[in-house]
Amino acid sequence: MISMSFQFDSMADFLAMSGHGVYVWTAYGITVLVLVVLAFRPLLKQRRFLSIQREQNRAQNNDRDSNRIDDGATK
Amino acid sequence: MWQSILKFIQKWFHRFGSPRWFYQTTGKWLPYLAVISVGLLVLGSIWGLGFAPQDARQGNSYRIIFIHVPISVLAMIGYYVMAAAGAVALIWKIKIANMVMVSAAPLGAALTFLALLTGSIWGKPTWGTYWVWDARITSMLILFFLYLGVIALNQAFTSRDTAYKACAILSLVGTVNIPIIYKSVDWWYTLHQPATIKLTGASSIHPDMLKPLIVMILGFYCFYALVLMLNTRTEILAREWRSSWVRGLSQ
Repeated sequence: MISMSFQFDSMADFLAMSGHGVYVWTAYGITVLVLVVLAFRPLLKQRRFLSIQREQNRAQNNDRDSNRIDDGATK
Repeated sequence: MWQSILKFIQKWFHRFGSPRWFYQTTGKWLPYLAVISVGLLVLGSIWGLGFAPQDARQGNSYRIIFIHVPISVLAMIGYYVMAAAGAVALIWKIKIANMVMVSAAPLGAALTFLALLTGSIWGKPTWGTYWVWDARITSMLILFFLYLGVIALNQAFTSRDTAYKACAILSLVGTVNIPIIYKSVDWWYTLHQPATIKLTGASSIHPDMLKPLIVMILGFYCFYALVLMLNTRTEILAREWRSSWVRGLSQ
């Protein structure tokens, strides 16, 4: 079994990382930010695509409906 | 017998090459892959940041290794993924391969950027400088520009086929850079340290540090696969919007 213990005495100690905190947390922070953008960018793109398509479908259906009414009027 | 095997491969290739099949199959995998990659990355980060022992020489700044190494490895492997997809697309004219290729480019560029950035931040407390024109770092910078080149080429042509072909050729030509990056720490022994984990021979890292690193590497592999699939799916929608199955998606 792996024996593991928390390497720091306190939360403040953990954040400070004995003087290297700025470097470590900046590196992790920016990485998390970029990973979140990478994962959500395609999801947003997909959602936008589907909503545009839905609108186009609706517009097309409306066109077809209004054509039908026109046909009825001319007859 | 051989013929039936060949036929099977051909059928599989054909099915896998179909954007519709890819879209529907990966759709089922995505939730699992997302849970696994987030789980591994969170576990590995907590382990690496809080529980792995301090490094005798570098103190706590070394904890950047748990993101820097997996990201750098995937930045390089991602280039092979892009180039291999480009080769498949050029040789067998498989649509989905082109889509995978252009989906790998922004992902690879982001990872290369992160590799350079985390390395640079790590360099300050360790080497005393954010940047040096070391062989490893310079060849990684070239990798970043190669990815940017593929992204730019993909948007530079009005013809889709020409754009895909140009991207595939640049991807393939650029592969010459990957072994240079890989061997740079041995060929030019400058500032960047040699590989910590070796497939053959003993690794130069303490087992208590290696375990969380392996968790992070696995997590990043899953994350890479996840984002590559997500990107490919949006590329499929953008290119196949005329087909009836895509039109049916929003209904």
